[in-house]
Amino acid sequence: MKQFLKVIGRGVLSLFLFLGRIFLFLLEIIYITFTTPLKVRNFLRQIRFFGNKSLVVVVFTGAFSGMVLALQGYYALNKFGAEALLGPVVALSLIRELGPVLCALMVTGRAGSAITAEIGIMRITEQIDALTVMAVNPIRYIVVPNILAGFVTFPLLTAIFDLVGIYGGYFVSVYALGLSEGTYFSQMELYVDMEDIKVGLYKSLSFGVIVTWICTFMGYNAKYGARGVSKATTEAVVLSSVVILIWDYMLGALLL
Amino acid sequence: MIEIKDLHKSFGTQRVLKGVNLKIEEGQVTAVVGRSGGGKSVLLKHIVGLIKPDRGSIFIRGQDITKLSGKRLDEIRSQIGVVFQGGALFDSLTVYDNVAFPLVEKGKLKKEEIHKRVIKALSDVGLQGMEYKYPAELSGGMRKRVALARALISEPKIILFDEPTTGLDPILVRTIHKLIRQAHEQYGFTGLIISHEIPEIFEISDKVAMLHDGKIIEVGTPEEFQKSENPYVKNFIMGLEEQEDRL
Repeated sequence: MKQFLKVIGRGVLSLFLFLGRIFLFLLEIIYITFTTPLKVRNFLRQIRFFGNKSLVVVVFTGAFSGMVLALQGYYALNKFGAEALLGPVVALSLIRELGPVLCALMVTGRAGSAITAEIGIMRITEQIDALTVMAVNPIRYIVVPNILAGFVTFPLLTAIFDLVGIYGGYFVSVYALGLSEGTYFSQMELYVDMEDIKVGLYKSLSFGVIVTWICTFMGYNAKYGARGVSKATTEAVVLSSVVILIWDYMLGALLL
Repeated sequence: MIEIKDLHKSFGTQRVLKGVNLKIEEGQVTAVVGRSGGGKSVLLKHIVGLIKPDRGSIFIRGQDITKLSGKRLDEIRSQIGVVFQGGALFDSLTVYDNVAFPLVEKGKLKKEEIHKRVIKALSDVGLQGMEYKYPAELSGGMRKRVALARALISEPKIILFDEPTTGLDPILVRTIHKLIRQAHEQYGFTGLIISHEIPEIFEISDKVAMLHDGKIIEVGTPEEFQKSENPYVKNFIMGLEEQEDRL
């Protein structure tokens, strides 16, 4: 019993320690973002990095998400004779929910993991120490450009995901399921309004910050050689994915 | 110039530094030798404020850096160059950009002046023509030389070397030591070298100190050090194992 309580206690303590450290890291990021000039070159490089790493996978997953939504949506709507609403179903599901979430998950797996690994290697090879002793703040130099690049690129990638998904759904609806072209888009125009787009935008903006925050934190605190970096990378991807889903629900409930 | 007083540091239950006292004279090269894992690199990291001690102080030009943080610590750091064990070169930057980095970040010099200095620093360490290579394309010895050039470029008053010759063959060890000696003659910095290259380290040091069991147990000129009666120092110089190391 004593041993059991010890294990529980240790787990709770390390959880609070972790939460304390990751939120202090966020506070430092916020402080540095607003008090020091941005490293513009690093910021632009990271925007390119996110786009370059993630665009292909976002286009592919977006297309197939839209296609499968159309296929399954048609199956369900057909039972009620409401196939005409397939366009809005695909668009609303993508714009409000699946676009931001799936895009964030894909970017986490592709670019987020790469950020963690890169920063982790910088940590274990003393490159971060080298920056510090050269009086260059590593948070300003490495972390802030990543966070801001995430803030900018996630909504853009999500928009691409949504667009490609809607056209993927269109392709299946019109050419495979025989829905009329006009019905698909006209109903969409009728049912999708600006509020839905705003919900998707808020979600993708916050995912951009959450993913880059977690991934940079994990890399920044990587330990003990190659195994430490690999552990940090796995944990960054798992934690980001879990937080994305939790935050999606919380924000979804808030903005409903 | 640098005075370390009663420095203590533990990591968890492991006591690494147990009251280090050491004075590093201005303009001299002091070597700290000792067994691997004995806390030499930890000591060096305290001097640049990368690690905060549990107890004790480090005075650099009269200022206790263990009490400093933020901009005031950065001011002290800008007078110090560090050559890290593995070089700590930025993988994503070329040799040129790595060496230019401290000057570019300070932003006080014009591009042409930075270019001149980088070319000179690289030629000082015998790496002219390597400007546009990436660290991954260089050998271990070359990487150490780039790290040395990067440390020298801003002409710091103090340079700390963390095992600058680890993993190199004996010829390269001599080459790097020669470069350090030449750079010291040219720039006149105060140097601290963490090393276990015995006897080569005696050729480039003005003073040698031995860190053993978390304390400095011997300090002296290379001649005095080699004549030390301390059994740990004697064993270390002769490469003899101690009782606890015997299989």
